[in-house]
Amino acid sequence: MDRNPTKSFQDMILALHDFWSARGCLILQPYDMRMGAGTFHTATTLRALGPEPWNAAFVQPCRRPTDGRYGENPNRLQHYYQYQVILKPSPSDIQELYLGSLEAIGIDPLKHDIRFVEDDWESPTLGAWGLGWEIWCDGMEVTQFTYFQQMGGFDCKPVAGELTYGLERLAMYIQGVDSVYDLDFNGRGVSYGDVFLENEKQMSKWNFEVAETDTLFDLFNKAEAECRNALASAVPIAAYEQAVEASHIFNLLQARGVISVQERASYMGRVRDLARSSCETYAEQMAPQWTEKFPGWSLV
Amino acid sequence: MADFLFELRCEEIPARMQKSARAGLEKLFRRELGDAGVEVGDVTVWSTPRRLALIARSLPTETEAVREEAKGPPVGAPDQAVDGFCRKNGIERGSLEVCEVKGRETYFAVIEKPGQQVADLLAEAIPEIIRAFSWPKSMRWGAASIRSESLKWVRPLSGIVALLDGAVVPCEVDGIASGRETRGHRFHGTRKSDPKSRNFGIPIEFFKDKNPTVVNENGMIEIASADDYARKLADAHVIVNHEAREDEIRIGAAAAAKMAGLTLVEDEGLVIENAGLTEWPVPLLGRFDESFLDVPPEVIQLTARVNQKYFVCEDADGKLANAFVCTANIDAVDPAVVVDGNRKVLAARLADARFFWELDQKTTLAEHAKGLERITFHEKLGTVADKVERVAKLARWLCEEGIVKGDADLAEQAAKLCKADLVTEMVGEFPELQGLMGGYYARAEGLPDEVADAIRDHYKPGGQSDEVPTAPVTVAVSLADKLDTIAVFFGIDQKPTGSKDPFALRRAALGSIEIVHRSALRLPLTEAVRGALAIEAGQSMDDAATHKLDRVAVEILDFFADRLKVQQREAGVRHDLIDAVFALGGEDDLVRLLARVKALQSFVGTEDGANLLAGYKRAANILKKEDWSEVGKKQLSYTPEKAEKALIDALDAAEPRAVAAIEAEDFAAAMAALASLRAPIDTFFDEVTVNDKDGDKRAARLDLLSRFRDAVHRVADFSRIEG
Repeated sequence: MDRNPTKSFQDMILALHDFWSARGCLILQPYDMRMGAGTFHTATTLRALGPEPWNAAFVQPCRRPTDGRYGENPNRLQHYYQYQVILKPSPSDIQELYLGSLEAIGIDPLKHDIRFVEDDWESPTLGAWGLGWEIWCDGMEVTQFTYFQQMGGFDCKPVAGELTYGLERLAMYIQGVDSVYDLDFNGRGVSYGDVFLENEKQMSKWNFEVAETDTLFDLFNKAEAECRNALASAVPIAAYEQAVEASHIFNLLQARGVISVQERASYMGRVRDLARSSCETYAEQMAPQWTEKFPGWSLV
Repeated sequence: MADFLFELRCEEIPARMQKSARAGLEKLFRRELGDAGVEVGDVTVWSTPRRLALIARSLPTETEAVREEAKGPPVGAPDQAVDGFCRKNGIERGSLEVCEVKGRETYFAVIEKPGQQVADLLAEAIPEIIRAFSWPKSMRWGAASIRSESLKWVRPLSGIVALLDGAVVPCEVDGIASGRETRGHRFHGTRKSDPKSRNFGIPIEFFKDKNPTVVNENGMIEIASADDYARKLADAHVIVNHEAREDEIRIGAAAAAKMAGLTLVEDEGLVIENAGLTEWPVPLLGRFDESFLDVPPEVIQLTARVNQKYFVCEDADGKLANAFVCTANIDAVDPAVVVDGNRKVLAARLADARFFWELDQKTTLAEHAKGLERITFHEKLGTVADKVERVAKLARWLCEEGIVKGDADLAEQAAKLCKADLVTEMVGEFPELQGLMGGYYARAEGLPDEVADAIRDHYKPGGQSDEVPTAPVTVAVSLADKLDTIAVFFGIDQKPTGSKDPFALRRAALGSIEIVHRSALRLPLTEAVRGALAIEAGQSMDDAATHKLDRVAVEILDFFADRLKVQQREAGVRHDLIDAVFALGGEDDLVRLLARVKALQSFVGTEDGANLLAGYKRAANILKKEDWSEVGKKQLSYTPEKAEKALIDALDAAEPRAVAAIEAEDFAAAMAALASLRAPIDTFFDEVTVNDKDGDKRAARLDLLSRFRDAVHRVADFSRIEG
């Protein structure tokens, strides 16, 4: 059977894979950890550092515990998918490439009003920022488009372009359904709800009501300690994983409502320290190799 | 004379930056060309999301030759001096000319600067303009960004058109070379636009071109010169003149509403923003589900405007209608598809808003208010809950003292609830709805209208043109809120300085003044401020009198005096007259103070006033010169001269009149009492010698002047009056 990205969630993903694969991207798999956004995937954060060209595309499941609605809200999920494309250096026709990918999943720019609306991105946690847009399709935000300027506190040399598609939203638009649970997952009648509704109910309950907070606090502290341990032993990629872990545990603690406003800033500061130290150590450790391959290049 | 076209094409420029970018481009262009000696006349600057364009009409084609002469040392000066002069002017000694200056042979350096081709100057200026351009935020991009110092622009710069009388001005910036090619609309650019699809704004002449725009194999359009630029772009679905796009949106959106039997709610900010987001704006009207109209209209309007940049509409009764106008950037194959997509997005947003609206109402405001204990007002000043407690006490006091003629219980109740909406979901989503939402929620839970109104309006007046509350309960809460803010921040020495006013204390003071003024409140400011400080210190209002923070109270009074001057300047009240009344001290009732200032202002405007002021200044100068501070109403040891006697009699009569008038707050009468001194003081100076040989007479006359000065000071400190 032919692919039909306008009638099937998975065909839409496959169409994006085909599109970006044909344009020279590595098709990677999701990072096997719980994380809040595709940007946390090392293929984005760590690979945005350094001079080497890097073109990759992948789906990343994202966990946002506080966004859980027990499966009752048609637009909000505590677990959903982002499609990430990272292109370094950013190609001069990156906007046209992106628009081509929309056409590949059935969005005709003469039928739909596509707009690039200012939206800058900043992640203090990662010591990162970039300029770009949110891309609107008939008034709906379907993609974040960012030119990374800094990562881990270092200038991106060269700059990478990052595209983050909100897959469920995009599919809902293309399939013309009002509830995410009504999405046709495979084009043969299996719905998104069939796959994920029960998951949303149970995970929302766990995130908000069940998760043992003492355990979570303990996990947070252990991840923090392990991150420091890894940093001290010069394995910053491992340290970075622990920072990602700590970040997610913090999000769970938030969902459990046990972090006060005053404490919140302090926890965020701790996560930020871990993530930034990991990125910094990674960049500093890699810098000699990078300079060797790209004479004249320097980290700062 | 030549016309110059300059276009900088880039990826989408944020709408909010386009206005200042246009101004910046013109300024830089004028500066660079001015520095190069090119006279720049008429300049037009346009912008779209994807380009900045500048057309300079009637530039010269070359600059005039310039002859500059620099005077050097005299002939015969030491070699060192002559050589230095040559180096400075970059010429050989042998090229120096000699002229006679005041009889001395003097060296001159004559530098001839030949005229230059303006095309050459432009080729040099363009890279400078691009590099010097200042964006609020700029970025690097692409392969070149492997170097930190690669070109920065708001978004990637992709093309430069530079044509002087149709000839390309060749130049290059970071690998981007100038040319005559540009791009049309992102999606429509390769199809010729249909003039019939345009109804508004854009002149039909644009479409009368006999030669259709040529799109070359690269999808680019070639511009011949400044003259065909806008027309060729229009053919390629780009209205490059932002003002034309604004017209298009303004008129088109209004027409779309009218066709639906509605009236557009005008919003100039949205017009400009949408013009900054589109090259080919097409306003389209859509409908949303009527059931959303249960949500307050302000919420719907804000949701539509802030999140989606849509206009809203009203029906014939002036009520918000279930319609929106979005501005597409394409002539869609089927506009209904675009409208329907936008409708869905708006519906999801409104569903969120309705969810918040309903959820917030499941909890009473009193219950919400408990959440304020978790919000820090300021690290040294506790939580918002603490603030609310203080405001409630102060509001009650304002009513109980009769300063505000409102019900003390209602004022206290409203004050206690006035910040509760800060913890609601709706205000979390739309902070600008603070107050307004509290008012809605209060009404919905059946609280008295006075309370709901006070919660809604207590932030007012927010700015100069904002409505000033007059309902007594609202006045009590609003004033208490502002006075508390001012008092407690002054109490921890967080006063506004220069341009820094992080807690908006100036606005709070101005707002207080406007409220007091509008309702003519007899507010003893010092007592109120001391009271606020006492409450903050955990004491009762009764402790206000004994409160130690006198210094702070004085500072606050000065602060109010300054704000009053600013506020009254617009009403044409002279700041020196406000000073003259404030300088008397002890006056902290703004209503009385202003009445006195106004009486004073009309008095000094009269001939009597002006002359009395002159007499006062003369007396004050003499007293100052003699360093005379004694005040006397002593028995005279001699028979006074006629004019002297007349002044004594006039003072005897005027003093009690002035005192009585001031007590009765009849400041016009007080001024009239002063006016009665004018003729006697004039005659006194004409006929009486103050500095008499007789020491007794001299002393008595200085005493008399001193008494005159004091009499005048009962009304105002005339030494502060200018002129």
